[in-house]
Amino acid sequence: MRFGYSRRRMLHHLTPLGFVLLTFGISLVAGLVGALLGLGGGIIVVPALTLLMGINIRLAVGASIVSVIATSSGAAAAYVREHMTNLRVAMFLEIGTTTGAITGAFLAGLIDPRWLFIVFGIMMGYSALEMFRNRHEIGAPVPPDRLADKLRLHGSYYDQVMRQQIDYRVTHTTLGLVLMYVAGCVSGLLGIGSGALKVTSMDLAMRLPIKVSTATSNFMIGVTAAASAGVYFVRGEIAPLIAAPVAAGVLIGATGGALLLPRLRNRSIRIAFVIVLLWISAQMLWRGVRG
Amino acid sequence: MTSQSLPDAGPDHVRKVELVISTLLRAGVITSLAIVVVGLVLSFVHHPAYLSSHSQLKQITTPGRFVPHSIGEVVSGVVQLKGEAIIALGLLLLIATPVLRVAVSIVVFLIERDWIFVALTGFVLAMLIFSFFLGRVDG
Repeated sequence: MRFGYSRRRMLHHLTPLGFVLLTFGISLVAGLVGALLGLGGGIIVVPALTLLMGINIRLAVGASIVSVIATSSGAAAAYVREHMTNLRVAMFLEIGTTTGAITGAFLAGLIDPRWLFIVFGIMMGYSALEMFRNRHEIGAPVPPDRLADKLRLHGSYYDQVMRQQIDYRVTHTTLGLVLMYVAGCVSGLLGIGSGALKVTSMDLAMRLPIKVSTATSNFMIGVTAAASAGVYFVRGEIAPLIAAPVAAGVLIGATGGALLLPRLRNRSIRIAFVIVLLWISAQMLWRGVRG
Repeated sequence: MTSQSLPDAGPDHVRKVELVISTLLRAGVITSLAIVVVGLVLSFVHHPAYLSSHSQLKQITTPGRFVPHSIGEVVSGVVQLKGEAIIALGLLLLIATPVLRVAVSIVVFLIERDWIFVALTGFVLAMLIFSFFLGRVDG
């Protein structure tokens, strides 16, 4: 209804071939950035498709949710092989994300989306600033957590920059699970992977190293998104000629991102992450306020 | 396997789980991407106007236009070599990849006799199946 009154121009100047190629290019960049930051790429693809290209938001979200799975599976395959992903943490937290995604899908029909955008924008802005302030150094002592011990969630990974094996301990497991339920809700509501929330929860609450958080988040996003993708498919909101270039572009971009990640210093990932979070939160808030 | 004698599942087991899952993800992603690209090419082959006409795009990007949205429609479209149905098949495979990954994880934890994680992962799979049924009711 409201979307698209001033954004039709792009669609008038493109042939379907041009549209597919341009969408592919945008998705390629979104996939690369998404994989580097632990985002699904959907949060970049949806604004690009709607604001830049004037595509209906429902079709953009339908294509985006497929691309979210593509990013997760594409990057996760590489991360898992490099032992960056904590599989046990991922499996445990997926209880929260899947339950949350189902709750979110139910809530989506009840709540005014404007408020969702506003709440989401505030939450992401807060997370970004918190993350910038509280920088947990690797190896800093973490509070003991009996549940993490019982589930054997602690792990280690090889840091390519520091050139050594890093052992880490996991804490605040219950809080992490609750936060993952919230992240799952957001994913089900907005049709995104909500990787930013997952990474923030694992970094701030559970004190996982940022690279492990990013890889583990990517791994979990696909499962969360698969639940909502089925709904979009059955509703006929996954348009093949939009979703195809988006999925292909994001897959290739995400693979490139996965190859780059181990070579970036923790700090550079963090700063890039904070900037993207702030930008997204402003985008979200503006959309909510505008209605 | 040697897993019974090792209640403290060592790195060997973790590595095995990781390898199985990584291979599964990679195979699913590559196969679905290949199918999507074939479908995309066929779409343009069947509709030469897509290459030059500026009026075609609006129709493609209009919501409510028919797209294959059930397994039956996808299968019958694929049999007729319709480009969009073949793309949809690839996208369905992509959606199924994480679900399959969860299913494989259960088997791996069963082999490892890690009952807590068999239960945890089983719950996740049940939730996924449950959500697909919800989608059906909605549709």
